Amino acid sequence: MYVIVIGGGIVGYPLCRTLLGEGHEVLVIEKDAKRCDYLEDNLGSVCIRGDGCEAATLEEAGTARADIFVATTTRDEDNLMACQVAKYKFKVAQTIALVNDPVNEELFKKLGVDYTVSVVTHLLEPIKEEIPTGSLTHLLSLRDEGMEVVEVRIPQDSKAVKKAVRELALPPDCILALVIRKEQKPQVPTLDTVLEAGDRVIALTRGEDEAALRDVFIGS
Amino acid sequence: MNVIIVGCGRVGAQLAALLDAGGHKVTVLDIDTSSFERLPSSFGGTSLLGDGTNQKALKKAGIEGADAFVAVTQEDNCNVMAAQVAKHIFSVRKVVCRIYDPLRKDVYDALGLEAVSPTTVFAQLLKEKLEPEAESAS
Repeated sequence: MYVIVIGGGIVGYPLCRTLLGEGHEVLVIEKDAKRCDYLEDNLGSVCIRGDGCEAATLEEAGTARADIFVATTTRDEDNLMACQVAKYKFKVAQTIALVNDPVNEELFKKLGVDYTVSVVTHLLEPIKEEIPTGSLTHLLSLRDEGMEVVEVRIPQDSKAVKKAVRELALPPDCILALVIRKEQKPQVPTLDTVLEAGDRVIALTRGEDEAALRDVFIGS
Repeated sequence: MNVIIVGCGRVGAQLAALLDAGGHKVTVLDIDTSSFERLPSSFGGTSLLGDGTNQKALKKAGIEGADAFVAVTQEDNCNVMAAQVAKHIFSVRKVVCRIYDPLRKDVYDALGLEAVSPTTVFAQLLKEKLEPEAESAS
């Protein structure tokens, strides 16, 4: 695969190194000359100096034949622009952007970036897990289907405690895939499975039904 | 007309002054308060400290009631991002942005953005200025 990476910094550099290790063809576009030299010294001829948002630079980089385009700069507006030029001018199939401020993640998706990685959102996930009251954690997005795989921890005061799955007012198209209970093997729940406080439920739900799903488990 | 201008540089400030004098309701946004010094003392609009790519700041600037939105910061990418927020999140009717890099014009067209490139406009203007010389020389 031919992968173009915008930014050879703390994310771009190890990303490039990893992809090269996996045998892909990688080109990094980096603005800073010293940084370019560093990449060249350590990874070989994988770097061109330039602005990854400029059409001329992307033309020179052969963006039209790139399979994947990843923007890893520290500025969201640069990542957005680079991905949009890649997508709309060079028709790259898969554009990926690092999102530094999580408030921008929805915007990026709306404006055509294929895949977004919000660092702060990911950092918050394990932090949220430490909070003892019930919470809903995102595990995986099934983009094509518009579904989310989430984990819900059932709090002590939940109205779902001691209820069977069939008694829950689950949103349509919601599937409870797994119930994980302390000191027990994870089990695939049936309609008769009775939920307990402290249970972790892995569920599949439509993005727009998340609030409704949260209400089923978290809230008394 | 209710206008929001992002970027109070030389162009932003001048545009703000012109629109204000023309009787329009103008709000100018900039991330640096010293930029507002470019506005004339007669300026009757509002100047607000804020980032034009930030939805909260834009709401504070009244984007929900805006008829027009102009992005003229020094950074092309900020202008494009702000313009898209205005157009696609807040559905502002008229959105115009300045973009220095003319080679991305087809991208802006694809994104449905009305972009003015001073580079192109100015180069053309200069060419027209030189044309009488070119003619008399040949």
